[in-house]
Amino acid sequence: MKLKLPNPGLDDRIPSHLELEQMEKNEAGDRPKWDNKAQYLLTCVGFCVGLGNVWRFPYLCQSHGGGAFMIPFLILLVLEGIPLLHLEFAAGQRLRKGSVGVWRSINPYLTGIGIASMFVSLLVGMYYNTIMAWIMWYLFNSFQDPLPWSHCPLNTNKTGLVEECARSSTVDYFWYRETLNTSTAIDESGGLQWWIVLALLAAWTLLYVCCIRGIETTGKAVYITSTLPYLVLTIFLIRGLTLKGSVEGIKFLFTPKVNELMNPATWLDAGAQVFYSFSLAFGGLISFSSYNSIHNNCEQDAVLISIINGCTSVYSATVIYSIIGFRATQNYDDCMGDNILKLMNTFNYPENSITDINYSEVLNHLNQTKPDIIQGLQLQPCDMEFFLSQGVEGTGLAFIVFTEAIIRMPISPLWAVLFFIMLFCLGLSTMFGNIEGVVVPLQDLKVLPHTWPKEIFCGLTCLISFAFGLIFALRSGNYWLALFDNFAGSIPLLVIGFCEMISIIYIYGVDRFNKDIEFMIGHKPNIFWQVTWRVVSPLIMIFILVFYFVTQVSKSLTYLVWDQDSASFPALEPRPYPSWIYVIIFILAGVPTLAIPVAALFKFIQKKCCKQKDCKNEPLDTISAKIQMSDK
Amino acid sequence: MLEKVSFLLLSFTLAEQLCKPGDPDGYKVRLSIKTALGENAYVWNDNEMFLFRATLAFAMTKQFDGQQFEVSDIIVCNQTARVSFWFVVTYPHNKTLVDKQVVERAVRKSRNRINSAFLLSDTTLEFIGIPPTLATPVNPSTPTWLIVFGVVMGAVCAGIIVVLVVSLVQRKRKKNETNEDTQVKTVENGAARDGVYYMSFSEDESSVTQM
Repeated sequence: MKLKLPNPGLDDRIPSHLELEQMEKNEAGDRPKWDNKAQYLLTCVGFCVGLGNVWRFPYLCQSHGGGAFMIPFLILLVLEGIPLLHLEFAAGQRLRKGSVGVWRSINPYLTGIGIASMFVSLLVGMYYNTIMAWIMWYLFNSFQDPLPWSHCPLNTNKTGLVEECARSSTVDYFWYRETLNTSTAIDESGGLQWWIVLALLAAWTLLYVCCIRGIETTGKAVYITSTLPYLVLTIFLIRGLTLKGSVEGIKFLFTPKVNELMNPATWLDAGAQVFYSFSLAFGGLISFSSYNSIHNNCEQDAVLISIINGCTSVYSATVIYSIIGFRATQNYDDCMGDNILKLMNTFNYPENSITDINYSEVLNHLNQTKPDIIQGLQLQPCDMEFFLSQGVEGTGLAFIVFTEAIIRMPISPLWAVLFFIMLFCLGLSTMFGNIEGVVVPLQDLKVLPHTWPKEIFCGLTCLISFAFGLIFALRSGNYWLALFDNFAGSIPLLVIGFCEMISIIYIYGVDRFNKDIEFMIGHKPNIFWQVTWRVVSPLIMIFILVFYFVTQVSKSLTYLVWDQDSASFPALEPRPYPSWIYVIIFILAGVPTLAIPVAALFKFIQKKCCKQKDCKNEPLDTISAKIQMSDK
Repeated sequence: MLEKVSFLLLSFTLAEQLCKPGDPDGYKVRLSIKTALGENAYVWNDNEMFLFRATLAFAMTKQFDGQQFEVSDIIVCNQTARVSFWFVVTYPHNKTLVDKQVVERAVRKSRNRINSAFLLSDTTLEFIGIPPTLATPVNPSTPTWLIVFGVVMGAVCAGIIVVLVVSLVQRKRKKNETNEDTQVKTVENGAARDGVYYMSFSEDESSVTQM
């Protein structure tokens, strides 16, 4: 396809191949560099592999047909994830700038894409680090035996357990009351919870010390933060497989339901998961690959990192579901045990006369002979499927389901510490990419004096994010976080990703891009890349964007509340948002998306004003201007 | 002889009448021996029942601290295969039933001793209607999480200070080096400005041959 939009002056804005070779030889420029390839790969893997691999993918896999979900996931990984990843890597490595710099080089009107990436990175970083703060809070509380979420506290006159805890469960109570101290609606903001503020402070300062000098410091930190999760996952897998009922969980996860493939929602969720899981459109990946040497094989890197990301998702799903299977079996055994005890106590049967095996026949017999007594007992139906599919997504998985499983394992504090350190490392390495996606565009935009050292840029970003992030430390903070998660990190990213593809392929020019890649890695990208870049991936992006937009707009906006007075307590109750929320949603989703056209308009107006003032500043084109005096 | 037998029979039936399941002054007891002890479970028989009545008599005596309760004052009925039964307590001198609350206080006071007599616990030896006393949870003076938080924050702040100081020192060193470079340059230029005195251009004609 020879479609290419006119793009005058491109050669002046980007370094030519010759200049790149010279820069490489002389090792000129003050751009930071990776110490070795391993650092670069670990940083990218750490950025891509995040909390979503642990608590979003397993849920999607299980709810959309188990083993059959692998098919749409792998197909979309190959057709959407790998091409986009290769695109970002190659663009950063070729143009050797952060996200704003890259888009400004391609065309000044596209600066908005970089600004949008920066906004999205900032918003996502704010709420993502709050989750890190919660993880740190649980980590700090894991250094005691018994764990604080294993028992209910006593009420004020010490006659019994606190009512809220007795009605729900110990882990629910610890999460909703002692950690979040959640209010019952998003407009009831409550006050700042000082312990969450402290945890937030710890999270931001720890992030600052790791990011303080950019990749000099993060490059060292990723040796631990990117490798430790794999070690802990393996430990949990070994531990999980020795627990009773773990195989049930894994079977439940992977049992294929092939008719789920007919459901378009499955493909939509698979595509969205691949896109978000690769941390595309944040600008961080472009930044990281711009520190590479010019002849680094970015094609190989893209394929390698995609494979690692996909495998990590499957591996962590296995581990998570083995532990969930254990928890479900324990709950099922407890439920059966309760029912059997009730029957034995009411009808005075001797102990061990009713077991799991003859429970159903005994119950049937009793139902026929004494139905009214059985009714009065209110026996709970014990369903293994129900226990296996309870709350296994998002914060509910980590802070409720998994913590409950941990307190039933022997030596609970050890497993709690390991689990939360793993989650912390996963999140921290993703935050490195987010900070890179904010700080580097900030430097490129030259909003602040560029003589200021990187430490100050980083410190300013962390400080402002911490200040705004205090909203999540309110009593209604959990609801604000869910709002941010739904709207700040979804539609803007899809729009940015789509614009990136179109810009590189049709404005920069896919022919020029192919030549660049040939220069960098030695061979032209083959037919697979050509087809996916030009046609397949943009189409997939459009589909996902349109469907996502339609589903978000059509469904009525509700959020889940923890309310003691609601009828469905302890289950969360859906409640509609107040009307002023729409303004907030518009700011979250609209501002980054609209930054793209607004910046283009701004540049257009700027150029028009400049033309009127006739301030063309062409560089002086004489020989004496080009000769460089040697300083030696 | 006949009178003695008839008196025993009478007292027995009287006792039977005193103890009824659902009696407002009686308590139902339930034991879960197999659940508690598993393989080491003992069989519940008359001897064990005798021990129970004796332990309860001990508890009542301890509560009243003057009246001596006998085993015969604890009347048991309605034993089931579950191992559950009802009991009532009568005063030793007149065979009137002891009040429910008094029995409860006595049982609570000696609950630990009653449990250990049977190698059971509050949940496996249940007195239906007498809730077990809850243990007060241990609350350390400083919450553990604050200690860990303090350690982590201390390490992080130390790290930040170290890194900032190191980068400041590096920057100063770089500045000093560039200052030295420029100073060296000016000296060189100064030497160059002085120039070399070339003899053949001098105005002094005495050293050259006179024309």
